Amino acid sequence: MSKYTLHINGEPRNVDAAPETPLLWVLRDSLGLVGAKFGCGAGHCGACTVHVNGVPTRACMTPVSTVGRKQVTTIEGLAANAAHPLQQAWLELDVPQCGYCQAGQIMTAAALLKENPNPSDEEIDGALAGNLCRCATYLRIRAGIHRAAEIAAKKGGKS
Amino acid sequence: MSTSITQQMSRRDFLRTSALASGGLVLGFYLKTSDGAADKVAKPSAVSGGAEFKPNAFIRIATNGIVTLVSKQPEIGQGIKTSLPMVIAEELEVNWRDVVIVQGDLDPAYGSQSAGGSTSTPNNYNDFHRLGATARSMLIEAAALTWKVPASECVAADSAVHHQATKRRLGYGELAGKAATLPVPDAKSVVLKDAKDYKILGTRIGGVDNLAVVTGKPLFGSDVHLPGMLYAVYEKCPAFGGKVVAANLDIVKALPGVRDAFVIDGTDDLKGLMPGVAIVAESTWAAFSARKQLKVTWNEGKVANESCEGFTAKANELAKQPGAAILRKDGNITAALAGAAKTVESAYSYPFISHASIEPQNCTAWFKDGGFEIWAPTQNPAAGQNLVASTLGTAKEKIVLHITRSGGGFGRRLSADYVVEAAAIAKRVAAPVKLTWSREDDLRHDHFRAGGFHFLRGGVDAKGKLIAWHNHFVTFANKVIRDGQPVLQPGSGASLSGDEFPGRWIENFLLEQTPIECGIPMGPWRAPGSNVFAWVFHSFIDELAHAAGRDPLAFRLEILGDKDVIPGTGERGVPYSVSRMKHVLQHVADKAEWGKRKFPRGQGQGIAFHFSHRGYIAQVAEVTVTKDGTLKVDRVVVATDIGAQIVNPSGAENQVQGSVIDAIGALVFQELNIERGRIVQGNFNDYPMIRIADAPPKVEVHFLKTDYPVTGLGEPAFPPLAPAVCNAIFAATGKRVRQLPLSRTDLRWS
Repeated sequence: MSKYTLHINGEPRNVDAAPETPLLWVLRDSLGLVGAKFGCGAGHCGACTVHVNGVPTRACMTPVSTVGRKQVTTIEGLAANAAHPLQQAWLELDVPQCGYCQAGQIMTAAALLKENPNPSDEEIDGALAGNLCRCATYLRIRAGIHRAAEIAAKKGGKS
Repeated sequence: MSTSITQQMSRRDFLRTSALASGGLVLGFYLKTSDGAADKVAKPSAVSGGAEFKPNAFIRIATNGIVTLVSKQPEIGQGIKTSLPMVIAEELEVNWRDVVIVQGDLDPAYGSQSAGGSTSTPNNYNDFHRLGATARSMLIEAAALTWKVPASECVAADSAVHHQATKRRLGYGELAGKAATLPVPDAKSVVLKDAKDYKILGTRIGGVDNLAVVTGKPLFGSDVHLPGMLYAVYEKCPAFGGKVVAANLDIVKALPGVRDAFVIDGTDDLKGLMPGVAIVAESTWAAFSARKQLKVTWNEGKVANESCEGFTAKANELAKQPGAAILRKDGNITAALAGAAKTVESAYSYPFISHASIEPQNCTAWFKDGGFEIWAPTQNPAAGQNLVASTLGTAKEKIVLHITRSGGGFGRRLSADYVVEAAAIAKRVAAPVKLTWSREDDLRHDHFRAGGFHFLRGGVDAKGKLIAWHNHFVTFANKVIRDGQPVLQPGSGASLSGDEFPGRWIENFLLEQTPIECGIPMGPWRAPGSNVFAWVFHSFIDELAHAAGRDPLAFRLEILGDKDVIPGTGERGVPYSVSRMKHVLQHVADKAEWGKRKFPRGQGQGIAFHFSHRGYIAQVAEVTVTKDGTLKVDRVVVATDIGAQIVNPSGAENQVQGSVIDAIGALVFQELNIERGRIVQGNFNDYPMIRIADAPPKVEVHFLKTDYPVTGLGEPAFPPLAPAVCNAIFAATGKRVRQLPLSRTDLRWS
């Protein structure tokens, strides 16, 4: 076991974990942040997606020893009071079915909107290709991202 | 409209028992969460007993006006936690914003709590109207007594009772204390609202857990956390039912973070507690890591001789012989085929597939005081309690089961193997234990959608009418002991009813069924049976229509015929409303402009319909197949008749669109190989599921409103998709898909 100070959702968090422990299990078991989900443990499904220095990252494939001082953002830290345009759009359009994959979908989509505030269907499909939705709510995920882009544009481009 | 529903309602005793039972227990698990909803839940519970109004096990109204409704059915993504409470709220005349929904534990006060077969809505819809109306009538009575006016002058609306003549108003919170003292009226005596006055039913309401979902709050079985909790993994034999001979437990127990490792002997029940080795550790990762060092010697048994290759060879051999059982025989099939103007002979087959719910199976169990407390993502909590009781010898009364939200179900969580595994492990550990399956466990130790083979012959007469249909269905069965005798029992969804369409409709009809014995566990997979039967039968009907030179829609309408209803004839037969099916079929054809559009080669439309789970659904698919054989589903049009009321159009539309896209995924990608009695695939890299780019741009959903009873929608929109797409592929390319998944068929054309 080794001691690490991680920077999660803007706060330093001390954890004691074996160096190879995936960030996902540090978040879920040690820190009680269960928004990122375990789906496949191999980077295929995207349910564990978090941002590391703003980049969508598979937490299930990221050893805690490699995180260092990088800023980790989870769905819990995406925005206060579910104020992110994607969260607002998801609520407005009732996107989830079971909901298990949606944190990963939203985190991937949040990074997309930062790069590309008004993506086309094709650009959405490309960016979200790594996020599986077993309930297949894909039409609402597409619609939700378009709607979030609109909400963000109305807010003055902040997303 | 509401009158006809009332007349068809069969009132069940649980309303009365519910009224007598104490209010639903608030889940400790949810109280520990920090979201607003849980705080709201805590408030009414804190109100002193007498003041809270609890007319039945499902409704609690606190003096602060907060209305707590219990969702008794498990939520697996089908939206039932939102939709059934909407029914109560409608009759209760409560504002939706005043309502807090809590998930009920497993409790006999709630009646059946199994969420399977799209039955949650039809089995509860009418009763839930009565639950709400009963409470409303008592609140009105309480106001009338307070004001000393006739109840008939009082009206309930907006979470309050109003006396219009004197412009007085009392909120439900203010009335709770008085209402709690009144006798609960007979549910039969209460008056239900007229559908034209509905304010909540038929409106688009977002899922009640959506806020928790988009902010990452704990909701699911895998999110359960208890003080002092340990974490477990469970290794089973890769070949089904294999027994543990030896394991390097001493080495595993010495690994970092491991608290214990032990063998569980298990039982012979393929869907019960299978033999295996448990590792209990201080974190999920410590358990996962230790498992990599685990070495087990297995006695694999004779299942290790089974393979897909062997099954296919066996099926082809069986096809040459008469079937083991005749499930339906009408007319004279031999003479009809001999005399037919045209005949078609085809063989269809489909593989075993896994449910692959995105949340791998998991369960948290705590053995204490000689009993269990269990937290399970389950579709069928009673099955979990029963299996734990019968396997581990614990009285059912000593097994408390909390239902968590499930990260998908699709039928997988009707089984309770993972629940009994968690309980068996917990029984050896002095702490709560969370068992987490890996994705590989989940894919390889599923209760699978059975594979199957259909050897079909059909004939049409000189006028192009379908007159003969012969199907030899070769299916899979497990050997089980019944009344002391071994019998072959076809897997769930792996046996056909003689009444299944087009049985009952064709003059000369023979359906034979032969099981192949196997040791592969099988279970219900979304729209069991229907999810493949619709593909086989509507693909073959299409073949016959084209052989007869007929339009596929006209050919189908002729088969359906002109009778209103065809009664059930067999053991599993149910009445089939031809009128309803023709209605959705005609509707979908109109919306898709069937036969009115010209498609270039490489593009086309296909049509299919299916009745299952009490729903009548027809679909038209439009596809493009490029010359290199790449398929794109461009558009799917769906018409459904699921009765008089779409409870929540937002959820309903999502279910239909999800079913359609899920069905495209199953059609195009899903396949498990079995070699040496074990599943070859392990994760989403070799078991691909549909992703966003393969979702069609448009899935148009048309809900036909009819006078029929309100029924469910988790399954019936799934089956017609595959045949609609395959029939469209034929229209586009002349290629007929007779083997699933579709990726096995070369669709290139020139």
